[in-house]
Amino acid sequence: MPSAIVNEYFRTNKLPQIWCPGCGHGIITRAITVAIDKLGFDRDKICVVSGIGCSSRATGYLDFDTLHTTHGRALAFATGVKLANPEMKVIVITGDGDASAIGGNHFIHACRRNIGITTIVFNNNIYGMTGGQYSPTTPKFDKGTTAPYGNIDKAFDIPTLAAAAGATYVGRSTAYHTNLLISLIENGLKNDGFSLIEAVSSCPTYYGRKNKKGSAVDMLEWQKDHAVNISAASKMTPEALEGKFLIGEFKNSPEPEYTSEYQKIIDRFIKE
Amino acid sequence: MKRKAQLMQGNEACVEGAIAAGMRFFAGYPITPSTEIAEISAEKLPCVGGKFIQMEDEIASMAAIIGASLTGLKSMTATSGPGFSLKQENLGYASISEVPCVVVNVQRGGPSTGLPTSPAQGEIMQARWGTHGDHPVIALTPSSVKETFELTIRAFNLAEKYRMPVILLMDEVIGHMRERVELPEISELEIANRKRPGVSKDAYKPYKADEDLIPPMANFGEGYRYHVTGLVHDETGFPSNSSSVADKLVRRLMDKIETHKDDIIQWEEQNTEDADIVIVSIGGVSRASDTAMKMLRAKGLKVGTFRPITVWPFPEKRLQELAERVKTFVVAEMNLGQMVLEVERIIKDKAEIKRVNKVNGEAVYPEEITAVIEEVL
Ligand SMILES: Cc1ncc(C[n+]2csc(CCOP(=O)(O)OP(=O)(O)O)c2C)c(N)n1
Ligand code: SF4
Ligand SMILES: [Mg+2]
Repeated sequence: MPSAIVNEYFRTNKLPQIWCPGCGHGIITRAITVAIDKLGFDRDKICVVSGIGCSSRATGYLDFDTLHTTHGRALAFATGVKLANPEMKVIVITGDGDASAIGGNHFIHACRRNIGITTIVFNNNIYGMTGGQYSPTTPKFDKGTTAPYGNIDKAFDIPTLAAAAGATYVGRSTAYHTNLLISLIENGLKNDGFSLIEAVSSCPTYYGRKNKKGSAVDMLEWQKDHAVNISAASKMTPEALEGKFLIGEFKNSPEPEYTSEYQKIIDRFIKE
Repeated sequence: MKRKAQLMQGNEACVEGAIAAGMRFFAGYPITPSTEIAEISAEKLPCVGGKFIQMEDEIASMAAIIGASLTGLKSMTATSGPGFSLKQENLGYASISEVPCVVVNVQRGGPSTGLPTSPAQGEIMQARWGTHGDHPVIALTPSSVKETFELTIRAFNLAEKYRMPVILLMDEVIGHMRERVELPEISELEIANRKRPGVSKDAYKPYKADEDLIPPMANFGEGYRYHVTGLVHDETGFPSNSSSVADKLVRRLMDKIETHKDDIIQWEEQNTEDADIVIVSIGGVSRASDTAMKMLRAKGLKVGTFRPITVWPFPEKRLQELAERVKTFVVAEMNLGQMVLEVERIIKDKAEIKRVNKVNGEAVYPEEITAVIEEVL
């Protein structure tokens, strides 16, 4: 039985979705709708944009204006939507590969412009849709179908990248820590400028199997055991933090938003 | 009523035409010889309440205009050779998702970085086949500053009417040429707008075409809450793996243009009534063709010109008719033979076909055309 949230915000006639049983992407997609619901936004003024990947398929199931674009380009399409109609709340759903490999350039520039888009990166540390190749967030020495002997690339830390590039709201949570995830997305949506929330997801089918991470439940347990809230981390020793990763709100420093800055130019020069 | 005559560059006329047609969004990335189009758009758009954005590259620019068009703003991007290559993937996206937009390509010498400041016509085939898969293409090729103004408006009108990207295929000769032009009053122009849904929001199916094969288009933000994807999709806009849905969609996209060819195709011909020889050319080369024709007519030779204004779809029917009488076609172009392939395909062995080709970064000179014709005789 779909829950009230699902009935309200999902295109229930398009369900069940294409994701594998135990995939983390469904939990994160649901968290996005809960955050929207809490904020009480006008759903006719919400546009959700995605790229290509398992994660990016989420747009098809959400009952808003939805735009499923090309691989890596969601933020560039979303920039067009937002600048053309700043009234709209624009949300981007993207994968680790979509956002930080093929779409890496669009990603840093959307951050730099501080354009009013809330981006949620579904990070499963792998290219799920194409069958388990290593991505820019695959941990060093982990395996993928194109890294049969272990990945020698260093991984990106997406929130650090976003903050350095100029995003004004940045956070990370996991599919396991849904309440935190919902509140980060809510705060991200409240920020006028560019918000980046990394949602640690899980791909039991490819990443999990290749790297012997156990079942889907085991992978969620792993998130629970290895995530440390940033507020707790400051009181922990480096040894205690070894092998752990941080979750929570990393940056919240509002700055003027891009489309409102552009509106000021229009107001100065408009002739009609 | 005409506005007063002014000296204007081709690229400038393009922006004037675009704004007159209702362009309110431009996204671009600088590249010679198209840069002035971005610069002038940046200056003029805010004055009419429109938006300009310089994106991080041409891929992003193409994406941004599609996003903007979905909210209802008439949108355009402009580029040259290397940038046109980068736009191809999202051009295909605009085709399958049927989003109106205008893509200007001011051609320069290629391949690759090639000859950045020199004219060429090396993208005639790329304009047709540059993005993957079967898709319709409309590409317009102006041959003067005034015509650049007119065809930019027409590009927007066709994009809106047929819900697809339309390419304005200029060349450096036209982009950078200055001519004195008298632009018409805005009120005199014919402006087309996309067909709007005639059903309730609940009943709206974004890809359900009317009898004319064109689906009405709702804008994002109006409450229709629909899905747009580059995947093969059914009438509701949602992806489908069904072979019959795929077949139906791709065929409709092609037929949408095929069945309206007579409304779309334009060409210009001069002195073809009695011509034994017809020079075929587009854009900047047509100016040399005109001069060549006059030079040869002065010598008593029966020479005419044929200038496709829509290079795609190509004015096939008319060329076939001409081939019934004309003995020789001379196809002049700033490449090593692209449009001539289409001419050969259409004419087959009904007439002799000669080529004038140039890729050294210089425009085609009339003497180069007359030389080939004098050889024929
Ligand atoms: C231009 C282009 N290159 C490659 C692909 C193939 N492709 C589809 S999805 C994908 C990776 C998706 O990975 P990610 O963004 O991490 O999403 P996930 O499937 O893991 O959720 C790739 C490489 C494509 N569709 N387009
Ligand atoms: S392949 Fe991985 S990411 Fe894709 S649906 Fe399956 S579990 Fe999820
Ligand atoms: Mg992934």
